[in-house]
Amino acid sequence: MARAVPPARKALTTALAWAVGLLLFFPILWTVLTSFKPEPVAVASPPVFLDFDWTLRNYQDVQRQRDYFDYFQNSVILSLGSTILALLIAIPAAWSMAFVPGRRTKDLLMWMLSTKMMPAVGVLVPIYLILKWLDDMITRRTGIDVGLDSHVALLVILTLINLPIVIWMLYTYFREIPGEILEAARMDGATLRDEILWILTPMALPGIASTFLLNVILAWNEAFWTINLTVTDAAPLSKFITGFSSPQGLFYAKLSAASTLAIAPILVLGWFSQRQLVRGLTFGAVK
Amino acid sequence: MGRITLEGVAKRFGEAEVIPPLDLDIPDGSFCVFVGPSGCGKSTLLRLIAGLEDTSAGRILIDGQDATRVPPAKRGLAMVFQSYALYPHMSVRANIAFPLRMAGMAREERDRRVEEAARVLNLTPYLDRRPGQLSGGQRQRVAIGRAIVREPKAFLFDEPLSNLDAALRVGMRIEITELHERLRTTMIYVTHDQVEAMTMADRIVVLNAGKIEQVGSPLELYREPRNRFVAGFIGSPRMNFIEGAEAARHGAHAIGIRPEHVTPHPSSGDWKGVVGVAEHLGSDTFLHVHDTGLAETITVRAEGEIGLNPGDTVYLTPQPDRIHRFAANGDRL
Amino acid sequence: MATQASRAAARAMLSPAVVLLLIWMIVPLAMTLWFSFQRYNLLYPDRAGFIGFGNYINFVATSGFWEAIVNTLLLVGGVLAITVIGGILIALLIDQPIWGQGPVRILVISPFFIMPPVAALIWKNMFMNPSNGLFAEAARFLGLPPFDFLGQAPLASIVLIVAWQWLPFATLILLTALQSLDSERMEAAEMDGAGPFARFWFIALPHLARAITVVILIQTIFLLGIFGEILVTTNGGPGNASTTLTYLVYKEALLDFDAGTAAAGGVVAVILANIVALFLMRAIGRNLDA
Ligand SMILES: Nc1ncnc2c1ncn2[C@@H]1O[C@H](COP(=O)(O)OP(=O)(O)OP(=O)(O)O)[C@@H](O)[C@H]1O
Ligand SMILES: [Mg+2]
Repeated sequence: MARAVPPARKALTTALAWAVGLLLFFPILWTVLTSFKPEPVAVASPPVFLDFDWTLRNYQDVQRQRDYFDYFQNSVILSLGSTILALLIAIPAAWSMAFVPGRRTKDLLMWMLSTKMMPAVGVLVPIYLILKWLDDMITRRTGIDVGLDSHVALLVILTLINLPIVIWMLYTYFREIPGEILEAARMDGATLRDEILWILTPMALPGIASTFLLNVILAWNEAFWTINLTVTDAAPLSKFITGFSSPQGLFYAKLSAASTLAIAPILVLGWFSQRQLVRGLTFGAVK
Repeated sequence: MGRITLEGVAKRFGEAEVIPPLDLDIPDGSFCVFVGPSGCGKSTLLRLIAGLEDTSAGRILIDGQDATRVPPAKRGLAMVFQSYALYPHMSVRANIAFPLRMAGMAREERDRRVEEAARVLNLTPYLDRRPGQLSGGQRQRVAIGRAIVREPKAFLFDEPLSNLDAALRVGMRIEITELHERLRTTMIYVTHDQVEAMTMADRIVVLNAGKIEQVGSPLELYREPRNRFVAGFIGSPRMNFIEGAEAARHGAHAIGIRPEHVTPHPSSGDWKGVVGVAEHLGSDTFLHVHDTGLAETITVRAEGEIGLNPGDTVYLTPQPDRIHRFAANGDRL
Repeated sequence: MATQASRAAARAMLSPAVVLLLIWMIVPLAMTLWFSFQRYNLLYPDRAGFIGFGNYINFVATSGFWEAIVNTLLLVGGVLAITVIGGILIALLIDQPIWGQGPVRILVISPFFIMPPVAALIWKNMFMNPSNGLFAEAARFLGLPPFDFLGQAPLASIVLIVAWQWLPFATLILLTALQSLDSERMEAAEMDGAGPFARFWFIALPHLARAITVVILIQTIFLLGIFGEILVTTNGGPGNASTTLTYLVYKEALLDFDAGTAAAGGVVAVILANIVALFLMRAIGRNLDA
């Protein structure tokens, strides 16, 4: 576009775009602001925007509820852990489909996608019962917690939920790497392991990184299995936040502080990964 | 050592037979060029030798040992790809050292060999650059460097020069030939450019639709092409083919005469025609002669300043001992 | 790149993913099917036994079943309408030459990264609360009576919250698609005398068609499973006014402990989702040169 846009018009569209952006962002901004307000100011009428005594009280209170950091820790364990597990399974699988495609590769990819479409409620009962059974059979006997409200169970479930997306994303990234380079490595004496470790992974690193980011975000924000299958031991922030849904929710400032803590890390990651997000969530259909 | 023997090697992709069973012996130390039109199966044949594709039938022997089922990494061959296939995330030094690292060679020895290869290929100043920061010719040299450091039994080249501009191509052609002179290692070189084939090879394998049409030294192919396909493929500009009465006069279905073996004269000769286009190259002039009644066009190589212009009448005389005779099925008579 | 060895390696490296996903798909689904034909209440595990289609009849006869179906369709349809139309408009706006396109993009995309229950809680308490939410304040400022969003219009309120979360997604994808539109094509159309609306209608919109399809299908999959937003805002109420199919099954399973009926509901949900999935697979399969 080498044409000059009239500055007046540009100013107008700029103003409009910023207005839309700020409008959409406003609930987040308001939450963050409220998290610094003393509780009475948070519910003041008319609402106070910036002119109040900024305080960190709410954060201290949330932190003092001791369990906040347990939940936070669980969120970190579950989202990072499930993403790493999914990557470990998906990298070899995506290698296979990208570089040794067969007649069935496309069907296989579509099938993987279809597992993602199974509604979670459809299988809630059996999953619940399996975990309960595991509790009886293993947890109770060995003390190794693998059933309801366990890290292991949630890690496995979150891994499986995101596996199709991880495979798809990696597949689209791997397909951009010319097969000749891997063949060259093979001619140079690289074993399959060398090939994946020294050539493919470093070359696909940007793609792997964005796959990682997006799936950490998705796992962090997952709110069906985590809410229904955890109580306290493995409960992440989604569970923590639902605890505010009734009476506690009336403490707006504390709710805001807890919300800010729950969303801040992922919001920042999200800003970094927004460009890859499109490709990841559309299964490569839009780039 | 690097003698490569193919026995009844064939390749099918599903239903399509890309390479019908063929036999070929490439002696140790030779510079063997596979040449043929696009899609004739040159790359496929090279990849079969490399082990990047499985054979559908037949055996591949390397130095007399059956290597048909040996994975590419273990065949002791090095390959230079058309796209160079350099590792973009590694420095030139790491690229060249990669095969040595894979072989588990000690650090000092590795460095020594890389330095040596870089010196030979004039890459020393670029050792710490990434491939993305090199010109096409330099990348090509890195790819070659990566191949030579491991001292393979044979080098496989798949159209290594086709991504370079004309001037660079001539330079690299000479560099690769010199490399072969010095190393005396078997080289198998794929190209569809018959000039490269003629200038570099000591053996040329002419392929057509996966079939070997002829194997021989460049001059053998030039002087005695076994059939019309080879005759037409080797030599530039292309051989002229004449069918009909004139061919029958020589007792053949078709005769062929190369442009350089036809003498033009303004007033007398065997065949009369009219100059269509005259391409003046300076040293030579290529005349495209029409209306001879023999073929659509007859191409003639004349001296640079012959002074014939489009529209002029010209008489052509073929050198009788340079006329090639072909049967109806294309074979040489 | 296709020797027997590499193909064998490929199969070996593919199998863990395939086997895991296969188990993940088949085992629970088979169990759901099985339970759906059993009398099975988690509180009285001994009173079990085959009851044929009893659970299905039960589930369909549940007071909220048809309402839940309608609510599900309204939720999905409402959110899709808002996000697709809004997404196109915002994408067109951001795609104009403006100052600070990067920051605006970040502002617009942000809601997508908010955990669903957090988003729902923020809206529920700080915006839609009839006594001291911002909307109530705004109404008071305008001299209107405050409106109890979640009480009076629970489903519409949830549509609003969910649309807020998904609008960024639609916008981002449509913007990406828009930016891949060859500017020469637009310029050619301009040379041919097409005005801005004609250019949008005849050039940009057809170019966006594929992205719009993808947005609709992918959002549908996620929207059918909306759960956390309902849980923390209305709990499906008042009555069943905001109960979707997903939420109804959840209520049967974990609130009434009726595993049999919940399983039957699960099967119904799976069938419905598969109908949508079928269209999605066709669209993606056609779009992807896999
Ligand atoms: N993986 C494959 N599957 C199916 N057919 C193939 C495959 N690879 C090559 N072919 C076919 O085999 C034939 C020979 O291909 P090949 O690449 O060997 O030709 P080539 O002589 O190297 O041509 P070029 O000069 O264009 O590189 C072609 O018709 C090609 O379409
Ligand atoms: Mg080729």
